[in-house]
Amino acid sequence: MDLVLQLLFTGIGIGAVYALVALGFVLIFRATNVVNFAQGEFSMVAAYLMVVFAVDLGWPYWLSFLLALGGMALLGVVFNLGVYYPLRHRTFLPVIIATIGASILMANSVLAIYGPQPQVLQGWFETPGIQLGPVYLDSQYLLIIAVTVALVIFNYWFFEKTLLGKKLQATSQDKEMASLLGISVSAMIMITFIYSAVLGGLAGILVAPVLFVSIQMGSTIALKAFAATIIGGFGDVAGAIIGGLALGVIETFGAAYISVPYKDGFAFLVLVAFLIFRPQGIFGERVAEKA
Amino acid sequence: MSAPSDNMPLAAPAVRVRPLLVRHLPYFIAAAIVVALAARMQFDGYILNILMQATTFSIAVFGLSVVLGLCGQINLAQAAFFGFGAYAVGIGTTDLHLSFWLCLFAGCVIALLAGAFLGASTLRLGGHYLAMVTISFQQIVTLVMINAIGLTHGPDGVSNIGRPQLLQTSQGYLAFCVAALALVGYLVWHLPDTKIGRAMRAVRDNELAAGVNGIDVFRTKVYAFALCAGLGGLAGGLFAGGFAYVSPDQFSFAESIVFLTMSLLGGVASPIGSAIGTGLLILIPEWLRFLKSVPGLYLAIYGLFVILIIRFMPDGIWGFVSDAFTRWRAHTSAPAPAGALQLKPATVGGDTVLEVTGLSKYFGGLKAVDGVDIAVKRGGVHALIGPNGSGKTTTLNVLSGLYKATSGRIVLDGTDITAMPPHQRTAAGLGRTFQNIRLFRSMTALENVEIGAERPGNTMVGKGGDAALTERAMEALTFVGLGARANQLISSFSYGHQRLIEIARALAANPTLLLLDEPAAGLNSTEKLDLHELLKRIAAQGLTILIIDHDMTLVSEAAQHITVLNFGRRIADGESMAVLRHPDVVSAYLGSE
Repeated sequence: MDLVLQLLFTGIGIGAVYALVALGFVLIFRATNVVNFAQGEFSMVAAYLMVVFAVDLGWPYWLSFLLALGGMALLGVVFNLGVYYPLRHRTFLPVIIATIGASILMANSVLAIYGPQPQVLQGWFETPGIQLGPVYLDSQYLLIIAVTVALVIFNYWFFEKTLLGKKLQATSQDKEMASLLGISVSAMIMITFIYSAVLGGLAGILVAPVLFVSIQMGSTIALKAFAATIIGGFGDVAGAIIGGLALGVIETFGAAYISVPYKDGFAFLVLVAFLIFRPQGIFGERVAEKA
Repeated sequence: MSAPSDNMPLAAPAVRVRPLLVRHLPYFIAAAIVVALAARMQFDGYILNILMQATTFSIAVFGLSVVLGLCGQINLAQAAFFGFGAYAVGIGTTDLHLSFWLCLFAGCVIALLAGAFLGASTLRLGGHYLAMVTISFQQIVTLVMINAIGLTHGPDGVSNIGRPQLLQTSQGYLAFCVAALALVGYLVWHLPDTKIGRAMRAVRDNELAAGVNGIDVFRTKVYAFALCAGLGGLAGGLFAGGFAYVSPDQFSFAESIVFLTMSLLGGVASPIGSAIGTGLLILIPEWLRFLKSVPGLYLAIYGLFVILIIRFMPDGIWGFVSDAFTRWRAHTSAPAPAGALQLKPATVGGDTVLEVTGLSKYFGGLKAVDGVDIAVKRGGVHALIGPNGSGKTTTLNVLSGLYKATSGRIVLDGTDITAMPPHQRTAAGLGRTFQNIRLFRSMTALENVEIGAERPGNTMVGKGGDAALTERAMEALTFVGLGARANQLISSFSYGHQRLIEIARALAANPTLLLLDEPAAGLNSTEKLDLHELLKRIAAQGLTILIIDHDMTLVSEAAQHITVLNFGRRIADGESMAVLRHPDVVSAYLGSE
């Protein structure tokens, strides 16, 4: 029972990271109708930026954190202008292929610059964690969960209560109508990419002390996050979060009770099971493409 | 389905077409010469390795040209399928001591089945699902290759892989691979002009239109995906025999991306493009070996290549060349058809061709169509009219199977089609056009109409083969007045002409009932008159038409019978003049006094 509680805590912590990246997927998908296959690389790049600032240059953690997030905002701009924007009038297939190309480019550029050795980034807090009864609560996992909860609340407030959020929603639902109402569609898409890149980067920075910082971390996280969005119901914000948490828990228990080397395979099995038996996901939104 | 006396196939036109194999003889002679060269020339080991790699990789990339180029579906796990073939030959010839041929065959079959399963679980959904699922699948396969040490020898890989008795020398084996490449290349090159190949192109261009023209969209996609995987397996098996050693890193996600880049660079739509792309991307890294000294650098360049190609050269290198060829071919005229188009709609049921009872379609709480009855009598033109938002187009979409009916029953010429998917309704004799034209944009007018003529159960083409198909399509195009421009691409036609091509596509299928969705929308007055003439000529041949339109002049002159919808319900039905004077109809259109 103690082990179960411990695994549950760890699973929710990992799941929260998947949920953050999944949220980035969903936001871009809703704004542009395109799945950004480079979403995971945003996390990877942000983690490496942290390593450069906090470890290599030895700058304070908070400063490195802010600089890394600023770097991600910049990357969001470059990504939009270089990859999505020129192709915005094409069908979804070329755009998907371009984002896959961008993902390969980012991952391997980092590899070429930094080499294949995984890097270590220490956690935000000095204290490694607290013992609460039978369960050991790792401080970094606590931070991940707290930030995820805060971001979900912020996200809700931003999209439902602010004018900018409403404009973003209008753009994602009907671009033509939004532009007729005087909303600058290209500015809204730019904001979406910046926000998603920062969100992905935040997930990467948070998870970096738990995993190693490696070239593969981006694609691994992205695959899990994508599976999470399908499990939750594609295009649904609540679904992405629930799906991410569920996947983190399933994976942690799978690794503990079934097999460690195949840990990364469980997400795929759950994904295929959902595709066959319940393709609309738990929350059942927007299955196939629009007719 | 129809009485044979009514529907005898026309005698095949007396056009003498030389057998396909004779026409393509130059290709086979050229291929034989290349194979002989590969067998005779004395290459040193380095060149031999490059040639072996280029040959086997090309076959795998051919698979991508089928799934991505022809069918428009993505596959990011081609290296995994390649790996299935390679490990089948690797493990089979070493640990299991089986014959090379058996292992090669088994590898193809395993890859094919894996592809079919993966496709069948995902291809009903949108394209981004397929992309992610294939990436995940690729990762799983790599995990198994590394961790299932008992089976795959893990990271060490399998060495001392055997070759067949006859082909022990590298030179001989290379010649064999080149022969396989030539054969597969021929099949893939010829595929777009076959029935299944046309279906794949139609699915790529417009899934909805493909469905209502009698193509089983899902099955076509699964075939394309499985074929791609099978070719990957074949290529992998040949690769294993060539290099005698396989290890997991040769079949990683990075290799799948390399395959994708090769395919995009050369031109995704054609095997020639695939071969060019493969050749270039194997040779260029050899010339730029220094790039490989920095890990990641050359893959980063591949990633950049992918973005640049997609943006600036979406059809690849070969796309430039073949575009020019297509434009040149547009000026050649197709042979005029031997006879005039004959419409012989099947007659099985009684006087009523289409019997719709209690048809409803709800979207959540919205009752778009609510308990509508329509009975369309055989012969003549029946119109379905109503103000905007009255549920006309929804009714048509339910009739053709694009929407599932919430309740009610649809009987077409004695067959209950209520539960059928679109392509089966088309096979049962339903034809339709769309308000917003849905043609296959990358094809010529003739090819578009050929897909219509290919409807399963079209007795007017029968088993006549390609010649009869072309003949039928030419007849239909000539019937609508566009026969002389048959070889032009869809984009070169005006809006009104595109509409006529859509009608020709439906007519070529020899339907029992033709549904026309606002055919006059967007036409100028001359075009409207021509359309009216055309409808008369169609009706004169006994084909029943159900038409939706806003143009009251057209409707009142063309239709003998009118059904009026308002707010999803039927408010009037009967002989056209009587219906148009009906007080409810007048008030629905003009408001009550």
